[in-house]
Amino acid sequence: MKVAPATVATTSRPDRFEKRQTRWWSSLVWPVAGLALLLLFNLIFTQGFFHVEVREGRLYGVLIDVLNHGSKVMLLALGMALVIATGGVDLSVGAVMAIAGAVAAQLINKAGVPFPAVVAASLAVAIAAGGWNGLLVGGFKVQPIVATLILMVAGRGIAQLITDGQIITFTDARLTYIGNGSLLGLPFPVLLSLAMLALAGVFTRRTAVGLFIESVGDNQTASTYSGVHAGAVKFLVYVFSGLCAGLAGLVAASNIKCADSNHAGLFLELDAILAVVVGGTSLTGGRFYLAGAMVGALFIQTLTTTMYMRNVSADVAPVPKALAILAVCLLQSPLLRAKLAAQFRRRTA
Amino acid sequence: MQTDQRALLEIRGLDKSFPGVKALQGVDFTVRRGEVHALMGENGAGKSTLIKVLTGVYPRDGGTVKLDGAEIFPHSPKAAEALGLSTVYQEVNLIPHLSIAENICLGREPTRLGMIQWGAMARRAEAALARVDLKLEVTLPLSSYSIAVQQMTAIARALDVSAKLLILDEPTSSLDEKEAAELFAVLRKLRGDGLGIVLVTHFLDQVYAISDRITVLRDGQLVGEYETATLPRAELVSRMIGKALSQMPPPQHGGSERKAQPREPLVELRNFGRPGSIAPMDLSIGKGEVVGLAGLLGSGRTETARLIFGIDKAQTGEMLLEGKPVAFRSPRQAIRAGFGFTPENRKTDGIIPHLSVRENVILALQARHGAIKTLARKQQEDLADQFIKLLGIRTPGAEQLVVNLSGGNQQKVLLARWLATQPRLLILDEPTRGIDVGAKAEILKLVQSLREQGMAILFISSELEEVVRDCQRVIVLRDRAKVGELSGEQITEENIMRTIAGQPQ
Repeated sequence: MKVAPATVATTSRPDRFEKRQTRWWSSLVWPVAGLALLLLFNLIFTQGFFHVEVREGRLYGVLIDVLNHGSKVMLLALGMALVIATGGVDLSVGAVMAIAGAVAAQLINKAGVPFPAVVAASLAVAIAAGGWNGLLVGGFKVQPIVATLILMVAGRGIAQLITDGQIITFTDARLTYIGNGSLLGLPFPVLLSLAMLALAGVFTRRTAVGLFIESVGDNQTASTYSGVHAGAVKFLVYVFSGLCAGLAGLVAASNIKCADSNHAGLFLELDAILAVVVGGTSLTGGRFYLAGAMVGALFIQTLTTTMYMRNVSADVAPVPKALAILAVCLLQSPLLRAKLAAQFRRRTA
Repeated sequence: MQTDQRALLEIRGLDKSFPGVKALQGVDFTVRRGEVHALMGENGAGKSTLIKVLTGVYPRDGGTVKLDGAEIFPHSPKAAEALGLSTVYQEVNLIPHLSIAENICLGREPTRLGMIQWGAMARRAEAALARVDLKLEVTLPLSSYSIAVQQMTAIARALDVSAKLLILDEPTSSLDEKEAAELFAVLRKLRGDGLGIVLVTHFLDQVYAISDRITVLRDGQLVGEYETATLPRAELVSRMIGKALSQMPPPQHGGSERKAQPREPLVELRNFGRPGSIAPMDLSIGKGEVVGLAGLLGSGRTETARLIFGIDKAQTGEMLLEGKPVAFRSPRQAIRAGFGFTPENRKTDGIIPHLSVRENVILALQARHGAIKTLARKQQEDLADQFIKLLGIRTPGAEQLVVNLSGGNQQKVLLARWLATQPRLLILDEPTRGIDVGAKAEILKLVQSLREQGMAILFISSELEEVVRDCQRVIVLRDRAKVGELSGEQITEENIMRTIAGQPQ
């Protein structure tokens, strides 16, 4: 496009902001630092935390357990990160996990249903659940917290209906492999979450989906005026969150070889939200950090495991966890940061 | 300073600054008992700051405020209310799900031993409503009544506090003509009761219908205080805009040719409108033509732009694009047809603040391509760099976050966003507001060069100078309707102002 040149720009002016944004890993610094701090604590005070050994071509140890148990939240956090980036939240993921587990357990026990169909059906149901959330939020503009609360509450009931109120156990080796198997020495769920991270990365960063998600989350009006279909973008992220919850639900059911509608994924939505926030994505929407969310999930699992290993009673365990949430949320408050910065300046002046 | 014997409220030398802005400088403002006093001014004149200082939202930096001869220092809206200064806002700030009586008595409920006296409350609410000539079932929720009744309820609530001064901020913008007339009947009655009433409105007709005196502010300073009956409309408009009719510079027709050469129309509006937003209007924009939309704040300029760009749906008439009827249900459809729109509120509706310059520039083009056909990173960077150079966007680089740029440079980023899509029609809503002189000149120069390349441009500006200098045709709006169209040699600041005032020569 030819336009008469305006005045020549001075584009080479140095600026202290410039470097900070060009390094992709800069967003990972804080979550990784938090995780490192926690690991350092365990290295010094918790005996046997770093002990890893190989048995039957498979790695065993506390660290491996952290990865293994953390994988459910890691999966959820991927979907949650995208939802939160649009300025929303998905409270239903725990319940969707229960539904996916229930579908899988019911179908695997039916004769004649091939294994791929079991997985496909269970994921399809989870995706449909995400689509329902997406329809409410993106289509009917229901507030995300309310829209997903509906399925959070109703979802466990639906799972109960599917299992007829029973805990359904199964023994199928292929289904139990999802949560308990290992590949290349690593637990399968860990590899599954890494694969989903790669998939989500390609899905958002190799296409313009990531740009649209961030622009809608940062300024929905301006995005709409620029031709971005905000409703479709929101629908998409809730569908993806549903898929992630479905996979996490398969892992959870497979872990314990049964579908327990009351307890599968209970309160995990909160861990997933926390993981996303710890990972550097702001709850107000905008920029999202998938790798950060994964590190955040590991941070939370390490915290849980640490308390378990240090014999903190399960009844008290939520308290330190809540304190960690509080610290992270306060650090995200621009007001507090400005005040702290002002304090700091005053002292150094 | 002389004192006015009838004065209820006397403000003298009021100062208020915000970081970087002097919002009010030495403003005098006097309201008498039993008068309706219109407070007028364009955007940034200081009307809302004055009201917020008066009602205790902001503390004042200097000057005196006297009510009934005694100096007052309201430190909160509640304190101001207790002194007798009540404000009714454009958006009724009552609680829709509470009853009328609860709303009127909210915060001042008649109680005995801590228990609300419901009967006493209903009677008090009925008494307050009687003063505005309204008889309502006071136990029904507020939301079951029309906006007009809610507005009256807000006034009744103000009266219940035994207000001496009633401040009405844009009270009629959500009312229809009949409702506005009812509201005015109530205001006349209250004026008769000796109340002082301050009216902030953009509707000139209403100012002349109801007000006794007018105070005009501009750029935080007092322009003057006038008797409504002796101030011609054109005079009022010129005071608000800041141009004396007699001192008008000779029309400058800059580099743009004014020949009324017939241009091939790109967009034609026929009877195009939306009730409550903008009255049906005809308008055509030719290829290679800059058409200006002039009018005071609230005259319907932005509403027209929103309608054309598909943000609001037109309910009457049709739009033709190169002779073919089109109806956009969303900006996306307008963008696909080759339209672009830089909104008036750059910060809230324009920029994506925490994304980079590059992402902001490519957003509309990428949205038109869809999510899958992604522009290659290299292509994105080239586009961003190209426009940074072309428009002289002062930024350390394409990856800088837009929020860190100055207003003028943010505006250029928005222009770049649309230029990247190579639009056929570009709608610019106040493209030069709040940006420095240099950037202003660059943007106006760009508009001319885009026109020379055959782009159609709809140009909205409060700066009459810009409109006169840069437009081939000017559509004049008043009170949400088109009231005139000027072209060629007719386009002068004086003519525009006279048309706005409804007194063409």
